[in-house]
Amino acid sequence: MISDFAFLISGAGLICLALFRLATSADLLMRVLGLNVLAIGIAMVLLVSARGAEGTDAVPQAFTLTGIVVLVGVTAALLALAERVAEARDE
Amino acid sequence: MSDISLIVLLPLLAAVLTAALPRQAAAIGTLATGLNAFLAANLGRQILHSGTVTEAIGDWTAPLGITFDANGLASVMLAMAAIVGLAVSLQAAAGPARAGFWPLWMATLGALNGLFLSSDLFNIYVAFEILGLAAVGLTALAGTRASLRAAFDYLTAGLVGSLLVLLGIALSYSVTGRVDMEAVAMLTQSDTGRIALALIAAGLVVKAALFPLHFWMPGAHSSAAPAASALLSALVVKGALYLVLRLSLEGGAGTEFLRNTLAVLGAGGMLWGAWNALRAERLKLLVAHSTVAQIGLIALAIGVAGNPLETGLWQAAALLMLSHALAKAAMFLAVGRIAEALGHDRISGLNREELRPGPAEFAFAIAAISLVGLPPTAGFIGKWFLIEGLIDKGGIHWIALILLGTALSAAYLSRVVSRCLRGGPHVSATARRPPWRTGDVAALGLATGALLLGLAAALPISLLETPFA
Repeated sequence: MISDFAFLISGAGLICLALFRLATSADLLMRVLGLNVLAIGIAMVLLVSARGAEGTDAVPQAFTLTGIVVLVGVTAALLALAERVAEARDE
Repeated sequence: MSDISLIVLLPLLAAVLTAALPRQAAAIGTLATGLNAFLAANLGRQILHSGTVTEAIGDWTAPLGITFDANGLASVMLAMAAIVGLAVSLQAAAGPARAGFWPLWMATLGALNGLFLSSDLFNIYVAFEILGLAAVGLTALAGTRASLRAAFDYLTAGLVGSLLVLLGIALSYSVTGRVDMEAVAMLTQSDTGRIALALIAAGLVVKAALFPLHFWMPGAHSSAAPAASALLSALVVKGALYLVLRLSLEGGAGTEFLRNTLAVLGAGGMLWGAWNALRAERLKLLVAHSTVAQIGLIALAIGVAGNPLETGLWQAAALLMLSHALAKAAMFLAVGRIAEALGHDRISGLNREELRPGPAEFAFAIAAISLVGLPPTAGFIGKWFLIEGLIDKGGIHWIALILLGTALSAAYLSRVVSRCLRGGPHVSATARRPPWRTGDVAALGLATGALLLGLAAALPISLLETPFA
């Protein structure tokens, strides 16, 4: 149970750090990274919530998986947009 | 396959087709929009006739399976998306073809329809992701640096919003063990449940661009192309607002703290949006800030509706969503035409000698009348319901705030209308009129729709009155 608690606290800590970064940083790459950290923090919280006395529950794990898929797609879109913004700045 | 799943599937299939066949995209897209309008009308008729229609996809019932739930509120929202979609498709099919518009718009429509019908929180999250990505694409379509930057900010804010929603949904699953709408009423019973509900609400507030988390929105809505702006402002933000209303109806209104916060934020948005619209120098920015104000008004209506939701007040919120969608889409299409005719969209430059006001200016004026809420428009009916309900309840301070917001909206909209429609000595005798374009027809059609809807408000109201499942 101690390890569960440690996971929960570090997940919540990551979420807070990421939200702080996202709110204060103007750098595009920093914000993409912030979003990734936020998603990882949330995934950690979800995975801890899946662990119970009678084994693990598959549903939060499926949520996490969906979250990862969405994150990969959105990160790709964000990086493409950031590149286009930089190109438009150079012109 | 029933009508309900078809109305979600059809636009998504059309999105794939329009992406695969870019040359026929306009024809396929327009056809799909027309079919979608037909299906939405048919579904509405069915609901009026026999009440809420439910479908469990693949015969898997809740809590394990996903249910589609076509109730009166969902049907009004479907009709809203269908009507605005028809007008925007008309404008886009006639205008210069932008590669990518049709697949993105079709995906937006499919995601919206799925969102309106779905009774499963996780399915709603997926619909939000499709909606968010498609909407970001629509923003970036203009290709200018401002629009790309706005799209980046939009996607970042949207992702933070949906991650908060996901966290809330996961937390609600760990409390209740289910993710369908039945879970919402259980959530209000425990502290952890209320935290889950608050997380979902916070995510939705970001997505709906409710004050003070609207920072990403004016830039995105003002830098996109006119057809895209109309879709974003009229429909996409409504997705999140609809879900806020739906969650309150399903029992979420039991959390008094959230309800009060929503009303206060709504009032703040109404005043802040109006203040910024008064100071805006560009026409598109003025319209975008007016969306911030109108979203505030709708959120206020949902927030003050009480628990259990009082009929008049929550119906006012739904009617205001509908009327705002029609008026705001008309306004953005009209602004697109005005900017095209003038070559710029500075408000100070709307006084001109060489060009007489044309149909676009007229459409803008009618849409403005509906947004302010003068009779006989749809906006008037919505505000009437809202104020009448508040008088019964004794919420006199809310009424004062709504009236202040209304006065401010009249003030900022007349900045444009007075400049556009003024004749007199400063218009030279040889001034020409701008020629008619399809965009004018779409804008005027929507504005007339907002006007007529006020006269035919009995139809959406009777849809809203069909009992909830």
